[in-house]
Amino acid sequence: MWIYALHRLLYAIPIALGVSVICFALVYLAPGDPVQSLIPADATEEDIAAIKRLYGFDKPLVFQYFDWLGRALTGDLGTSLQTNRPVLEDVTRAFANTLAIALIAVTLAFAVAFTLGTLAAYNVGRPIDRIATSISTVGVSVPNYWMGIVLVIVFAVNLRWLPATGMGATGSENFDWLDWDSLKYAVLPVVTMAMIPLGVVTRSTRSAVADILSQDFVQVLRAKGLSNTRILVHAVKNALPQILAVMGLQLGYLIGGSILIETVFTWPGTGLLMSKAILTRDIPLLQGTILFLALTFVLINLIVDLLQTLVDPRMSRA
Amino acid sequence: MLHDTFFGRGLHRVAAAAALAGAVAGASSAQGTLTVAMTAGDLPDWAGMPDQGFEGWRFVGYSIYEGLVAWDLSRSDAEAVAMPGLATSWDVDESDPRRWIFELREGVTFHDGCPWNADAAVWNFSRLTDESHPSFNPVDFARARSRVSTVAEVEKIDEMTFALHTQDIESLFDYNLLYVLMVSPCAYEAAGNDRAEYAKAPAGTGPYLFDSAVPTERLELVPNPDYWNPDRMPQHDRLVLLPMPEATTRAAALLAGQVNFVEAPSPDMIPALEGAGMQVVTNEYPHYWPYRFNHLRGPFADPRIRQAANWAVNREEVVALLNGTAIPAYGAYTPNQTDFGDPMRYSHDPEKARALLEEAGCLPCEINVGISTSGSGQMQPLPMNELVQSQLEEAGFEVNFEVMDWNTMIGIFIQGAVNHEQYDAINFSSATMEPLQFVKSFMKKFQTPGGSNWGGYHNEEVEALLAEALETFDPEKQSALITQAHEIAVADGANLFIVSDLNPRAMAPNVKGFVQAQSWFQDITPIRVE
Repeated sequence: MWIYALHRLLYAIPIALGVSVICFALVYLAPGDPVQSLIPADATEEDIAAIKRLYGFDKPLVFQYFDWLGRALTGDLGTSLQTNRPVLEDVTRAFANTLAIALIAVTLAFAVAFTLGTLAAYNVGRPIDRIATSISTVGVSVPNYWMGIVLVIVFAVNLRWLPATGMGATGSENFDWLDWDSLKYAVLPVVTMAMIPLGVVTRSTRSAVADILSQDFVQVLRAKGLSNTRILVHAVKNALPQILAVMGLQLGYLIGGSILIETVFTWPGTGLLMSKAILTRDIPLLQGTILFLALTFVLINLIVDLLQTLVDPRMSRA
Repeated sequence: MLHDTFFGRGLHRVAAAAALAGAVAGASSAQGTLTVAMTAGDLPDWAGMPDQGFEGWRFVGYSIYEGLVAWDLSRSDAEAVAMPGLATSWDVDESDPRRWIFELREGVTFHDGCPWNADAAVWNFSRLTDESHPSFNPVDFARARSRVSTVAEVEKIDEMTFALHTQDIESLFDYNLLYVLMVSPCAYEAAGNDRAEYAKAPAGTGPYLFDSAVPTERLELVPNPDYWNPDRMPQHDRLVLLPMPEATTRAAALLAGQVNFVEAPSPDMIPALEGAGMQVVTNEYPHYWPYRFNHLRGPFADPRIRQAANWAVNREEVVALLNGTAIPAYGAYTPNQTDFGDPMRYSHDPEKARALLEEAGCLPCEINVGISTSGSGQMQPLPMNELVQSQLEEAGFEVNFEVMDWNTMIGIFIQGAVNHEQYDAINFSSATMEPLQFVKSFMKKFQTPGGSNWGGYHNEEVEALLAEALETFDPEKQSALITQAHEIAVADGANLFIVSDLNPRAMAPNVKGFVQAQSWFQDITPIRVE
């Protein structure tokens, strides 16, 4: 197990380096200029050149990359072009805000989806299966952006039960997860965010558990007279690695890909931060955010791999 | 010689207002919290010259800071004009028209108690122009660049008088000073000349004090009790600024009672907001939504084709698409602006347009237009462009769009048509707030990069008139020259002038006292929350 963990950790290093190259180069492949959002539209070419020089954007890209990587390895992701604040400070604050709702959304989605998927697999073709499949289809196919707006109109504008936007009445710095006055701001983003993993995991669970239940060893278990509950435990244990892998991916997507939801709810997370960095071509902020998220994604996959081997030791021998 | 470009238009009104101010100020006490949902994706920078476009200047820049010259935003029924700010008057040296002498306002202190005087003025201009200055910072350097790049020297004359020397004779130079904000030298130096550190306790001379900020989320300002101008003492206890880039979210936040002032609700949301009892206000302001032609090559180098495009567009139909939140544009100025003059009005005449295209030998006339999906002042670019495309095609054009994000569009604008020959036009909104902006948009010497004349427009008559205006210090003569140049440029079809935005804003029913100026900027100090 430990050797397997070490192997996976070592594999993560070249992946992280590759990620750093891609996220550095990617932002330069996009059209636009890093200093154009800093300068007035009537700036002269000399002014633009002077500003590029001041920021070091006049150096060859390879030099810029190694300079950036060297600083990133020491935990310095640079300074935002727009705000002059350290990128790491902005990214970690935004990451904490996103991670909190992403974890709640994934846990909520997992709990509901796992139950629904298992029930559906055990009752294939019956009404409960149809209900679960319908919920799953809605979760996967309804755009979460649209869903967010509908939830806001119903629960914030019409019913006035929940706030429409923001993270707390006075911002995220005073947000208290144990206080309903704060927590109510997270309800709609969490529910919206949970929709897609709910759909995906319900489907995966149904398919994985149904597949296990149709295998020969389950017939043997039945022949041995095991109760349905015991059989279900066996089926779920066998299906769990596959479901965990899907969950890990979903958590990764939520952490990095919640731009639309965070924009609708003005939730100050990584999605909103990245969207801002893209729109203003704030290259240090964009590179720092992508690197941070990519490394988090690598880490989550690593944890999921290790969890899978805990659940199914055969995987560490593979 | 007294240079009174602004005085003729603004100073007398200011004097009258100042006289009244003593009687009015203090009559009403500040109350309530004004919570504004801005369209910006982030908080505007509050540590000096703001970012986030003019919205940053509107809510943050002109709230915390002031420049030597200011905008008079006190009226909604007339064009907003420039007026004295931290300088009470200025002259151009009779013996050297490159030397501008400023009399500074007495009795003004920065929020940290630092005195406003010639030393502070010299410090501010030096740090924006001299890379070796200890308080130099590339962010401020970049943002102020096009406003102070012609400053050759900064000179202290006495305690309350200082001078700026320009490289060339520029009669419109003082308009640049509307966009150069004065920062407290004491506060900046106390922060160790570290801009991020200074941002924790910024100090300007404006009507609001910085109170607190949660980065990317909210900025809170409170009234400055020692503000020098009683006419602009905030009438609310607190100003909270929230970036909210999504229009639906802004409207929902207003309807849910989380904010009480919303910028730019989308036209299709306005009936719902009004139905819910919200106040929706609009007004003309210096904005137009054009196609900027490439005059260097391609079909629009021919004036007949430019004019054909102007005859082809049905402006009223575009206004209807926007639920009446715009007016037809017949030039680079709006009709309420002094320098609009009496330009020819292009009506919707597709037959005339087709005839012109035929005469020019370009029927069908294929054009490539760069458009953006969103952007400051771009209104509703996708449906509007689709409508304009159908109108142009009805008259004989074949319109191909290249759709891009706003930042890419800004890059194309900054680099100019000379570096982007593939575009026959770009849809890039414009603001002719003052004569300098007009000159920079229509004079060949200001062809981008280095100006705002994206397509390299060149007309000998316009060129001569504007060159004369640049050396004319008499405001009336200056205005007459620019008005004439504007009329010629319109007749020449310098741009495809389509519509001007009316800048809708929505407010909760208990928000009172807002006077929507005809400007990109607004004075929010009179607003009361009852």
